[in-house]
Amino acid sequence: MKHKSLVSINDYTKEEQLRILELAQEFEKNPVQRIMEDYVVASLFFEPSTRTRLSFESAANRLGAKIVGFSEASNTSVKKGESLRDTILTVANYSDLIVMRNPIEGSARFASEISSVPIINAGDGANQHPTQTLLDLYSIQKTQGSLDNLEVALVGDLKYGRTVHSLVIALCNFNTTFHLVSPVELKLPRAVKMHIKEKNLAYHQYTELEDVLPKSDVLYMTRIQKERFSDPLEYERIKNSYILHADMLPDTKENFRVMHPLPRVNEIHTSVDKSPKAYYFEQALNGVFVRQALMTLILGIK
Amino acid sequence: MNNKKVKELKVSAIENGTVIDHIPAQAMFHVIRILNLENFENMVMFATNLESKKYGTKGIIKVSNKYFAPEELNKIALVAPHASIIEIRDFQVARKTVVEIPDKINDIVKCFNPNCVTNHEDVRAHFTVTDKEEIRLKCHYCEKITSKNTMEFR
Ligand SMILES: [Zn+2]
Repeated sequence: MKHKSLVSINDYTKEEQLRILELAQEFEKNPVQRIMEDYVVASLFFEPSTRTRLSFESAANRLGAKIVGFSEASNTSVKKGESLRDTILTVANYSDLIVMRNPIEGSARFASEISSVPIINAGDGANQHPTQTLLDLYSIQKTQGSLDNLEVALVGDLKYGRTVHSLVIALCNFNTTFHLVSPVELKLPRAVKMHIKEKNLAYHQYTELEDVLPKSDVLYMTRIQKERFSDPLEYERIKNSYILHADMLPDTKENFRVMHPLPRVNEIHTSVDKSPKAYYFEQALNGVFVRQALMTLILGIK
Repeated sequence: MNNKKVKELKVSAIENGTVIDHIPAQAMFHVIRILNLENFENMVMFATNLESKKYGTKGIIKVSNKYFAPEELNKIALVAPHASIIEIRDFQVARKTVVEIPDKINDIVKCFNPNCVTNHEDVRAHFTVTDKEEIRLKCHYCEKITSKNTMEFR
């Protein structure tokens, strides 16, 4: 994995993904080590994403790395019209690894092709956000004891939600049964279903959240955005039908856990937060360990 | 005068070169662009809106003293999937082939996604063909699918 950019989750094999998860466990036990002291990580956030940036920077900081970069493009040469090509070629001179978030889709792939140092894609528009997928896998593995043979329900906007697409594709390596809950307008796209079919795995589609609760091991919730609907009345009609409340939890399995890429709006009622089955805040914290594992493997430290 | 003779009058025979037949009339311009015939120095003859039993109307292009590599000709399959290629040597048909949609498309198509890096930076889109029947092209960069009705040529 040394020196190998991570742009899409598929860039890494199943074995490489599992190696990252395994190493993340070590970092979870011992997150503060001075093993990146000789390294400079460039953190280039062309659009603000405080959550992701803090997770990466905290991961690097705890390992002693120096961080250079920017948290939004407004005060930089980018705003003055510098091309992405020039920014990457310049920054690659000053760093050992570039973490980049950019609203332009495909920008991370492009950067990985011109950069002399590896690129970690921290989100390129609606396209890919592979470290989110890794932390989702880690969270599932940690709460379920294994990634194999699970019943995973994905709920909400399955059409446009990039985290859902990447997670489905990644879980196809682990004999998952998929339960897909969405309004008819926001069903999982054909191109993503193709991955499930290629592996001969089962998927079931639902429009009611209640239907999947008793059978699921993991409930992965996402936000439904108003902008996705051409008919605002349709949005009003369905917006409250995919909300999880604490009183819906008693019928779920013992190992059942609720996950969410965050930020949430109202799709998980705050009454769920104190349930031991709510996992979304720990899930976010797992991002730090997974990113530590990823960076040290790419740099060849581990 | 029957149809056949009329056709022969419109597009006369070539001694050596390539005839591209069964081009949909509306795709003529694209074929010329894709094969870069605008900048071609040898004699090139075009005819369009010819009657075709199979396709209604069709176009035909004759390029003298030029034989194309299959990879080059296969690019036109995107707009002229039923085109047939006839190599003429000494006024005789030396070889007849049909075009085939290639597995990869480079350079000639623009990514339809306005938010794709190829529409912002100095880098050209290239694609994997994910569906040869309906023609669906997956962009190497943004991973979005450009389809027949969103396809634009550069
Ligand atoms: Zn694209």
